[in-house]
Amino acid sequence: MVQQNGIEKLPTGIPGFDHISEGGLPRRRITLVSGSAGTAKTVFACQFLAAGIQQRGQAGVFVTFEESIDDIRRNMLGFGWDIATWEAEGKWSFIDASTAAPETVVAGEFDLDALIARIHHAIRKTNAERVSIDSLGAIFSQFEDSRNLRMELFRIAHALKQIGVTAIMTAERLEEYGTIARYGIEEFVADNVVILRNVLEEEKRRRTIEILKYRGTSHRKGEFPFTIIPAHGITVIPLSALELKQRSSTIRLSSGNVNLDRMCGGGFFRDSVILVSGATGTGKTLMATTFLAGGAMQGERSLLFAFEESRDQLYRNAAGWGIDFDDLERRDLLRVVSVYPETAGLEDHLIAMQKMIAEFRPTRVAIDSLSALERVSTSKGFREFVISLTSFIKHQEIAGMYTATTPNLLGGSSITEGHISTITDSIILMRYVELFGEMRRGMTVLKMRGSMHDKEIREFKIDGAGMHIGAPFRDVTGILSGNFVHVNPSEIDRINQMFEDEE
Amino acid sequence: MSERIILKLYVAGTTPRSELAIHNLRQIRATYLNDNFDLLIIDVLEEPQQAEDARILATPTLVREAPPPQRRIIGDLSDRERVLRALNLGLSGSTTRVG
Repeated sequence: MVQQNGIEKLPTGIPGFDHISEGGLPRRRITLVSGSAGTAKTVFACQFLAAGIQQRGQAGVFVTFEESIDDIRRNMLGFGWDIATWEAEGKWSFIDASTAAPETVVAGEFDLDALIARIHHAIRKTNAERVSIDSLGAIFSQFEDSRNLRMELFRIAHALKQIGVTAIMTAERLEEYGTIARYGIEEFVADNVVILRNVLEEEKRRRTIEILKYRGTSHRKGEFPFTIIPAHGITVIPLSALELKQRSSTIRLSSGNVNLDRMCGGGFFRDSVILVSGATGTGKTLMATTFLAGGAMQGERSLLFAFEESRDQLYRNAAGWGIDFDDLERRDLLRVVSVYPETAGLEDHLIAMQKMIAEFRPTRVAIDSLSALERVSTSKGFREFVISLTSFIKHQEIAGMYTATTPNLLGGSSITEGHISTITDSIILMRYVELFGEMRRGMTVLKMRGSMHDKEIREFKIDGAGMHIGAPFRDVTGILSGNFVHVNPSEIDRINQMFEDEE
Repeated sequence: MSERIILKLYVAGTTPRSELAIHNLRQIRATYLNDNFDLLIIDVLEEPQQAEDARILATPTLVREAPPPQRRIIGDLSDRERVLRALNLGLSGSTTRVG
């Protein structure tokens, strides 16, 4: 990818990174990858080479100042990177500059020409296009004179540029938000700086990556979450880098319930996301079940991510509403994925869900409930998760339904709702309505982007055949707030009359 | 008499720094060592694989291969005192202790 000003980029092949960097790392340049301890700098450095070998047939040279070569080979096997085999095939070569050398004394001035010669030699031998140097901090602990070393690092960087390879150098930072790297290295070696973070926030760890500077070329700004997946390595979640250019469909899908379709002005849009909000027991899971079954009835595939109930519970519930999940699943029209939210971080859930959607290719996806996922995340992380997932679903041009649980039985809104209501296309509220000493259920379509919809709060009942939507509540107000006031029917007529007169 | 001493000096090309290291080493030999001494000079630009095999980072690097244990001295060897101490050569005379 050639930029206007001539700085080319080398696609790294690290998932998501090429997106936030708008094409990859600046080609034939050095990029400093800086982070505190435990931010996956070594994984990033290895993945840069591994992806080059696996995806583009580009050989790489790995210079290690810190970890032993054996450790790296062993640690990276878990990501599916068989470095030993690549070494045998001449695709990967190590330069061992780790500290395990015999006792060394400094007696006079020196340079690192021997290291440069070794790197040069390795690049020539394998015809390498990528070089990773991990990590610069360790070189400072090997030698005493740091002023001289900075100069030497500058010479290494210069030599790498001359050879024409694209390189990563990793460096340590002492704090997550402070100077870029220890020893003031960054001014000497890199036009380009990428920061990896592993921040403790609200008692939860959150990994992010930020491109701090890319001299002379563009990139996305700000921190992006990333996750490290076994068998894959680092996956960056591009979030706001996702473009809102998905087509907006006018094709409608049935909600699975004729009356609800009517309330929505003819059904949900095919590529829209619907939020269903209500207190526990108001019928949100039923709504999701109906929605999925509605797709399956038409021979389309549906996918349910359940974070609150087990498969058995869900199947039993569905059976109680007259829907046979077993049968649908046997016919490959339905898949139910039931997981505890606590089993993974939100980033990992997101990747797993995207993978599942991409594999199964459903036309409808439901998540029951988002509130359960909110428990395991920070509010920022949660919002990012919902944005990413929504964007992904829209890109697939499928319909999504999220359920959210309100904390109060009567009225109120959920935290979930507040965070994501602007992201979703439609909102359906389900509420308990106390009426003359009896709890009944009401629902209303609060928002339906791009369509007319029913503004009334309708009563619905649940029985062995599912959901039945009936007439609007005529003689009670304050349902959404939970402060019910019963109104005399004649008063309602009078108010309606009043508006008609004004027209 | 003492064991035979084998030294390898890794340099990068014929730079002033390389020349200085070689010069300093020759002076040390003249003063403190007798003929019981082998010196091999390796140019890492010519033979990078040797630098790789010996895991040399800096130039110049002087490696005492024998007697064991291996010792490494980095720099142009102008700090003679440190060189002598690292090679276990007495500052005053020709007694060589094996450490």
